[in-house]
Amino acid sequence: MTTVEAAKPGVHDQAVSHRLALRGTARVYKWELLKLRAQKRTYLGLGAAMLVPLAFVLALVFKSGGPNDVPLGRYIRESGLATPFVVLEFMAIWGLPLITALVAGDIVAGESHNRTLKTILTRSRDRGEVFAGKLLATITYTAGAVLLMAAVGLVAATAAWGFKPLTSLSGPKVSAAHSLVLLLSTLGLYLLPLVGIAAFGLLLSTATRNSAAAVVSTLMFALLLQLIGALPGTEVIRPYLLSNQFIAWHGLLRVPVDWAPITRALWVSALYIAAPLAAAYLIFIRRDVAGD
Amino acid sequence: MSAAEPVAARGLVKRYGELPAVDHVDLTVSRGDVFGYLGPNGAGKTTSLRMLLGLIRPTEGTIELFGRDPIVEGARALDGVAGFVEAPAFYPYLSGRRNLRLLADYDEPATRGRVEEVLELVELRDRGDDRVGGYSHGMKQRLGIGASLLRSPRLLLLDEPTTGLDPAGMRDMRELVRRLAGEGITVLLSSHLLTEVEDLCNRVAIIRKGRIVYEGTLADLKETGGQTWRLRTTDPTRANAVASAHGISEPEQAEDELRFAADEHTVAALTIALGQAQVGILALRNDEATLEELFLQLTEKDEPAEAAA
Repeated sequence: MTTVEAAKPGVHDQAVSHRLALRGTARVYKWELLKLRAQKRTYLGLGAAMLVPLAFVLALVFKSGGPNDVPLGRYIRESGLATPFVVLEFMAIWGLPLITALVAGDIVAGESHNRTLKTILTRSRDRGEVFAGKLLATITYTAGAVLLMAAVGLVAATAAWGFKPLTSLSGPKVSAAHSLVLLLSTLGLYLLPLVGIAAFGLLLSTATRNSAAAVVSTLMFALLLQLIGALPGTEVIRPYLLSNQFIAWHGLLRVPVDWAPITRALWVSALYIAAPLAAAYLIFIRRDVAGD
Repeated sequence: MSAAEPVAARGLVKRYGELPAVDHVDLTVSRGDVFGYLGPNGAGKTTSLRMLLGLIRPTEGTIELFGRDPIVEGARALDGVAGFVEAPAFYPYLSGRRNLRLLADYDEPATRGRVEEVLELVELRDRGDDRVGGYSHGMKQRLGIGASLLRSPRLLLLDEPTTGLDPAGMRDMRELVRRLAGEGITVLLSSHLLTEVEDLCNRVAIIRKGRIVYEGTLADLKETGGQTWRLRTTDPTRANAVASAHGISEPEQAEDELRFAADEHTVAALTIALGQAQVGILALRNDEATLEELFLQLTEKDEPAEAAA
């Protein structure tokens, strides 16, 4: 009887501290977003994410020809729905990795730069809560960039070429409404490898304490993966490169859906997300905060 | 030692490579103390404070703040504790008010309701909506105190709070610390300025090259320094001989004066002996070693004496 009674407050305490940790993380998350809103780099990143598809559509409206060598490229003027897919395909090489790195590489290093890490770590928030809040804010920004890019591309292209059925990668047409669902699924799938890039940026941001170095190195990491994937003789590892997961959505646009690249993207991306995050977390939790 | 002392650090060591920045430091700050942590720049004051606040891990030793260990418990151990190390730092792109609101949300429970009151207290209410990037050093310093006060702390850790301030700013800052101490907040304040510590603190620890060379009250420190005396007589040569005969070691003959160190009891005996020896006393003056001299002795001499018991 006594053991049960003794256990009860323990369980209760655990539940309470669990709830406190969640609330703490939510508060950090809120302020990380507010801080992003007050910083120029956020607007630089999101602005670029909006400008690229707009410029792309304008160029295609005023010039003939098109991106014939990428999937859906040939049908770009057939329906406004093709543009977001094509833009995502192009932006996977360095555009979105750079936009992602801009914030992910700064999210911890920016604190070091302003020497504010000691300011926030001497309040009541555990380092784990601070880390989780920063991670969530980074993912939110990254998702926002992808979403904005697709939305601006879709709206601009629909204005130019209309909301019409899309030619799938297997040939048959897909209705406009269904294509929109496919686009949303694509965004979710596409976000996974991008969060992998963000996780790597977060690791460098934590480890280097230098925002510029972390941003540049994260971009180099993304480019290096692309390069490895483009080299002859790397066919065997190619499907397991993070960079390759950016085209997993091709499977969605086949009739019927090809699930193999999609399931692979799920677990490969998960590994690329988990490994750097675990390392970043351990460094952040244990590190000496001196001079930052 | 009571476990609930505001600060109880034992055997703190922080090594960077081979070099110890802090070397077996013991610190005890009791309730109501305004404790001065005194030492030249680079002596290990900031490193010690960082360890107290859980920002860096000690290589060895234990810390308890009101009985809770910041190394084990992390930020939770800082319940009732606030302060800053080095200059307080804020997000330059947010206003002072927003910086405080952010920090208030980082407190448990949130201290949002106190933001305006604290801004008022540190006289930044008018500038509260300006970006911190445009604040002067003194304003940031005041905002730092304000950020600490949000937490309604029982223990305030301040790292050289007057450094870089102009004389008026220094005076105001000391006035603020005195007022907070008057409200019952225990303060641990590091400084390289003896006068500041003398002015504010009831207890001090003096640190030199990572080691505590003195801990106690400044009054006791003065006593350990002993007293030196200057004696002018009608016959310096005989006076010297009498002094030596009375167990005064190494009296120093300077012009017509005799200088020596001795306690009051010995000096009283000496005056009687001089009279009996027909030596007239023209002047007898006691030179108390100034705190400044003692401080410099403690922090600059090559071999530090063992810490006073």
